[in-house]
Amino acid sequence: MSIFINDASTVIVQGMTGSEGTKHTRRMLASGTKIVGGVTPGKGGQVVDIDGYQLPVFNTVTEAMSATGANVSVVFVPPKFAKAAVIDAIDAAMPLVVVITEGIPVHDSASFYAYSQTKGTTQIIGPNCPGLISPGKSNVGIIPADITGAGPIGLVSKSGTLTYQMMYELRDIGFSTAVGIGGDPVIGTTHIDCLRAFQDDPETKAIVMIGEIGGDAEERAAAFIAEYVTKPVVGYVAGFTAPEGKTMGHAGAIVSGSSGTAQGKKDALEAAGVKVGQTPSETARLLRAILGR
Amino acid sequence: MDLFEYQARDIFEKHGVPVLAAAIATTADEAEKAALAIGGKVVVKAQVKVGGRGKAGGVKLAENPTDAREKAGAILGMDIKGHTVRTVMIAAAAPIEAEYYLSILLDRSNRTFLVMASVSGGMDIEEVAHTAPEKLAKIPVSAVDGITLAKAQEIVAAAAFPTDVADQVAQVLLKLWDVFQGEDATLVEVNPLVKTHDGKIIALDGKVTLDDNADFRQPDHQSLVDQEAENPLEAAAKDKGLNYVKLDGQVGIIGNGAGLVMSTLDVVAYAGEKHGGVRPANFLDIGGGASAQIMADGLSIILGDADVKSVFVNVFGGITACDAVANGIVQALELLGPKATKPIVVRLDGNNVVEGRAILAKAAHPLVEQADTMDGAANRAAELAAK
Repeated sequence: MSIFINDASTVIVQGMTGSEGTKHTRRMLASGTKIVGGVTPGKGGQVVDIDGYQLPVFNTVTEAMSATGANVSVVFVPPKFAKAAVIDAIDAAMPLVVVITEGIPVHDSASFYAYSQTKGTTQIIGPNCPGLISPGKSNVGIIPADITGAGPIGLVSKSGTLTYQMMYELRDIGFSTAVGIGGDPVIGTTHIDCLRAFQDDPETKAIVMIGEIGGDAEERAAAFIAEYVTKPVVGYVAGFTAPEGKTMGHAGAIVSGSSGTAQGKKDALEAAGVKVGQTPSETARLLRAILGR
Repeated sequence: MDLFEYQARDIFEKHGVPVLAAAIATTADEAEKAALAIGGKVVVKAQVKVGGRGKAGGVKLAENPTDAREKAGAILGMDIKGHTVRTVMIAAAAPIEAEYYLSILLDRSNRTFLVMASVSGGMDIEEVAHTAPEKLAKIPVSAVDGITLAKAQEIVAAAAFPTDVADQVAQVLLKLWDVFQGEDATLVEVNPLVKTHDGKIIALDGKVTLDDNADFRQPDHQSLVDQEAENPLEAAAKDKGLNYVKLDGQVGIIGNGAGLVMSTLDVVAYAGEKHGGVRPANFLDIGGGASAQIMADGLSIILGDADVKSVFVNVFGGITACDAVANGIVQALELLGPKATKPIVVRLDGNNVVEGRAILAKAAHPLVEQADTMDGAANRAAELAAK
C-alpha cells in the first residue's frame, strides 16, 4: 500500500513539452512511473518521443483523460500559466493534481484551491512542492527515485531537500510514501491530510513529519495527531534561527510577530506526544529507536 | 513587500478609495511647500514600516506651513523602533467624528481570504480582538467570488456600521477589494477609516502588503521597493537572482533548497553553542542548479560580508549532481582567486556524491575541507569561525 498514488497510477504531464517538463518526464519514466501523455494548449495532436516512449500531447486535460484514462496530473507549467492549467485539470475532474511550479501568485493558488473545493472532485498537492513518491510503485514530481526503496515509513514535509535528506538518513529502512506538500502560504494538501492517510494505510508503521516556520499548519497537525493518529510520529521543524519578518526562501516561510515560530511548532508537537529532533539526523535516530532499527 | 503609508494611500487613490490630499517630503523645506499647496491645517506623519509611530511622537498636527516645516524638521531623522524616518507625509487634517477599522487579508489557516471590520477603529486592532472580540467581525471571502455588493453589505451589517454610513462603507469595501485583487496584495488594512463631521467616509491611514510572486504581472511594483533600506549585500544578491537574507552571525551558509538551508542555519547555531556562541551569518539558497557561476556569485556575496569568518556549503544532490556542485566550487574559487580568503567546509551527499567528493579532493584547494555529515560539517564550520 501507499498513499495517494500506487503502481496503477497513470500520469499525464501538464507542460511536458517545456524544458522542465521534458527533463522530469524523462526522470519519472526512468523510475517506473506510468506516464501516458502530456497537455500543452495549442500543441494537441503532436507525439513526443522521450527516451523511446511515444507520448501523445493534448490541448486539454479533459481530452487527455478521455484518450488515456489518466488519473493523476503533474504540473510543470510556468507561474504565469499555472492557474489556467490547474483550473483545466479541475474542470476535467482529474482526481489528483500535483503542482510542482514555484512562484505562483497566492491569489492564483487561493483561487484554484477554492475552485477545487467547490467542485469537490480534485485533490491538489502543492504548489511549490517536489511531489510525491511511493518507491518502486510511482514517482510523481521531482523527488530522486534512487535515494531509497519501499518500506514502512510515511513522510510528509513542506521542504523538498529536507525530504531528500530524511529519506537518505533512513535509506536502509525505506518508505511507503514520501509527500512534499510545499512551502507556499496556500497549499492543496496539508500535513493533516497526509497524517490521516498514513494512519489509515496498513503498510505505514511510523510517520516522519517535517515542518518549517510560517502559518499554523504544524500546530493544527499536532492537534490532529493527538485526536486521530495512533501510529508513532517523529517531527522536525526548520527555522529556529530565522528572524521575524523575513521570508526564508519559501513564500510561506515567514515569522510574523509571535506567530509561525519554530519553537511554537515544536512545543505544540511535543505536547501532542510527538518526539521532535533538534537536527535531521537526530530526528532519524528518534525514528530508528521507535522501529527498533 | 510591505508598503509605506504614502504608497498605500496612492494605491488607494488609484483604485477610487476616498483619501485626503497629501504629499511627501524628505526635508523641512519640502514639508512647508507641501503644506502650503494643501492649505489649512495639516498632519505631518513619519513614514516608517512599523507600528506605534503616534506614541513615539512621529505624527503631529501643524497649524500652518511654518508650523509644518518645524514639525517635519523634528520628525525627519527620528528613530522609531530602529527605523530612521527619511520621509514624512503631509496630509490635509480632517475633523473626525468616528473611527472604524477595515482589512482584507489572506487567511492561511483556512486557505481563503478574510475581511475584518469593526466600528471600534483607531486603536490597536489586536487589542480589540483580544479584549472585545465581539467588536471585530470576521467574514470569510471566497477567492473565486470576491467581494460583491451583497457581500459588502453582509460585512457592513455584521460589523454593525451605523445606517448613515452603511452605503459608503460598502462602496469602500468594493474599492478595497479592487486594491486587494488588482494589486495582488496579501493585506490591505485601513485603520482608521474615519467619518468626518460632514458625514464623509475617508481612509485616513493604510497598510498594504504585496505578493512578490506576482511581480511578473505587476510591473509598477518595482518602483515601490525601498532601495535605501535594503541591506547592500541583500541588494547585490537580489541583482544576481540569489535568494539571500543577511543575519548577524559569523558562519556564511550556502545550501540548496529553502528547507535544507533553514535547517543548516539551525544546526550551525546549535553547534555554535559549543564554540563561543557562533551563529549563522546568512541564509542563501542556490536552488536546484548549482552551476559554477551561481556558486561563484554566492561565494562572492558571502565572502564580501565582513562578519563572515568561515563558510559552510551544504548540498544534498537531488536533481543537482554533486559532481556539478564540486566543479562549481572549484571553478568559483578560480574565478575569485585571491578574493577567497575564508575557510570553506563542504558537505556533499546524494546524487553522484563519490564523484563530487573526488573532484574536491583532487583540487585540494587550501581553503576547502570536506565533512561526511551535516552535523559534523556544522561543528567544524563553527569551530573555524570561533578561532
